[in-house]
Amino acid sequence: MFARKSNVFLLFMAVNIFLLALVFGHASYGEKNALPYLRGKAQMVKRIGLSDLCLFTDARYARHPSMADLNTPFQDHPMSLEHFPSGTIITPPPHLRSK
Amino acid sequence: MSRFNKQRNILDFTLSSLLRRRTKNSALVIVYTLIVFSLASVLFFTQAIKKEACIVLKNSPEIIVQRIVAGRHDLLPADYIDTIRAITGVQSAKGRLWGYYFEPAAGANYTLMVSEEPGVEVGRIVIGQGVSRTIHANRADIVPFRRYDGSYTSFEVSDILSSESELVSSDLVLISESDFREMMGIRGEYVTDAAVYAKNKRELFMIADKIKRILPDTRPITKDEILRTYEAIFDWRGGILLVILSGAVIAFVILAWDKASGLSSDERREIGILKGIGWETSDVIAMKFWEGAVISLSSFSLGIILAYIHVFFASSALFEPALKGWSVLYPEFRLVPHMDPLQIATLFFLTVVPYTVSTIVPSWRAATIDPDTVMRL
Repeated sequence: MFARKSNVFLLFMAVNIFLLALVFGHASYGEKNALPYLRGKAQMVKRIGLSDLCLFTDARYARHPSMADLNTPFQDHPMSLEHFPSGTIITPPPHLRSK
Repeated sequence: MSRFNKQRNILDFTLSSLLRRRTKNSALVIVYTLIVFSLASVLFFTQAIKKEACIVLKNSPEIIVQRIVAGRHDLLPADYIDTIRAITGVQSAKGRLWGYYFEPAAGANYTLMVSEEPGVEVGRIVIGQGVSRTIHANRADIVPFRRYDGSYTSFEVSDILSSESELVSSDLVLISESDFREMMGIRGEYVTDAAVYAKNKRELFMIADKIKRILPDTRPITKDEILRTYEAIFDWRGGILLVILSGAVIAFVILAWDKASGLSSDERREIGILKGIGWETSDVIAMKFWEGAVISLSSFSLGIILAYIHVFFASSALFEPALKGWSVLYPEFRLVPHMDPLQIATLFFLTVVPYTVSTIVPSWRAATIDPDTVMRL
C-alpha cells in the first residue's frame, strides 16, 4: 500500500480530515458539556451584578470595557498617552463610536 | 486508463517532483502552516470569548447608570436612584458599590465589589482565584488592605470563588457594604453607579432615554450595549490583531506572488521535458494543480488542528504575553471550544483557493509555449 506516494498522501489527508472532524466533534461536545457551568457563571453575574469579563486587569477601561468612555485612556493627565498593551488589543465599545 | 488512475499517476509524479525539492517545499509548508495557524488561533480565541460573553453577560444589569463629571466617572448621589425608580416602566433600581484597589506589595489591581454572597460579612471577604494566586491567600487567612486615609485594615478570607468562574471573577474581592465604605471613604449618600431593571424588556431603550433627559449628567449603559461591546471587542482594527492579520496576509501575498510571478528555470525545463515526451497541456496543469493542492491542503489542515490545540488545550499560551500586558494578576481560564463551519470555510477560500490558482496560472503559460523554446529559456 505504501509503495505508491499517492497512497501515502491520500492516507495523510484522510488522517487530517478525520482529525478535523474530531475537532468539530470535540467543539460540539465541549459546548454542550459546558452549558451547565456557563449557566452557573451567568447566575453569578446576575447575583453580583457584574457587567464585564475579567480579561485584563492593568487598565480600568480594559477591565470594564463596556463602562469605558472615549476619554478614559487619556484622563490621567492632559498629555497622557495610551500606554497599556491591553488598550491596543481591544476596541472602544460600539455604543461610544456611534454617539 | 481510467481518469482516476490517470490523476493518481499524476499525483505520484507531483509528489516525487515535490520531494526532489524537499527543502524548499518543506519551508513553504512550514510558513504556510504558520500563517493558517496564526489566523485560525486569532479566529478561535476571539470567537470563543465572544460566545462565552454572550451567554454569561446576558444576565448583567439591564441598565447601568453612571454619573459623569468633567469627563470622568463620578460617584452617583443615592437620591438619583429614587428619581430613577419614579420613572414609568422601571421595576427596580439599586445602587452598586464597587471600585479598584491597587495592592502595592504584589503590584496587582483588584476589583472590589459590595455583595451579599454567602461568606461576605463585616470583616470577612470572598476572593477570586486570581487574587488568591497573587497573594497566596487561602480560606481563613487574614489579608491586609490599605484604607483611604493610609491606615491598614484586615479581612478574613471566608471563601474563594471557583476556578470555573475565573473569566468573570478572577480579580474580584467581594466585601460588605460597611467595610467598603469605611475602606474607601465613601459616605452613605453615594454609590458607584446604579443597576436598573425594567418591567418590560422592550422599553429599555426608552427608559435609558428618559434617565438621560431627567438626569443629564448621567450616562445609561444598556445590556444590549454591554453585549455589543463584547461582540466587537476584538475587532480587526484592534492594534495587535491588525499587526497579526496584516503580517499573515502580507506573508501569504508574498507566497502567492512568488508562485504567480513565474516559474523557476528548473520548473520550466521540467514542463518542457514533460511536453517533449508527450504530456498534454491539461496534464501539466493537472500536475501543477496537485502541487498547489498538496501544499495548501496539508498546510491548511495542519494549521487548523494546531490552532485548535493551541487555543483550547494550551490556553492560548502564545497570546499570553500580549494579553497579560502589564497585569500582575492575570485570569487563567480555559475557553469553551467553539467552531463555526462558516469561518473555517472562509479561511479555506482565503488561503487554499488563491494559492492553488496562483500555481496554475504561470504553469498554464509555460505549458502552452513550444517545448523546445521552454527548454532553451
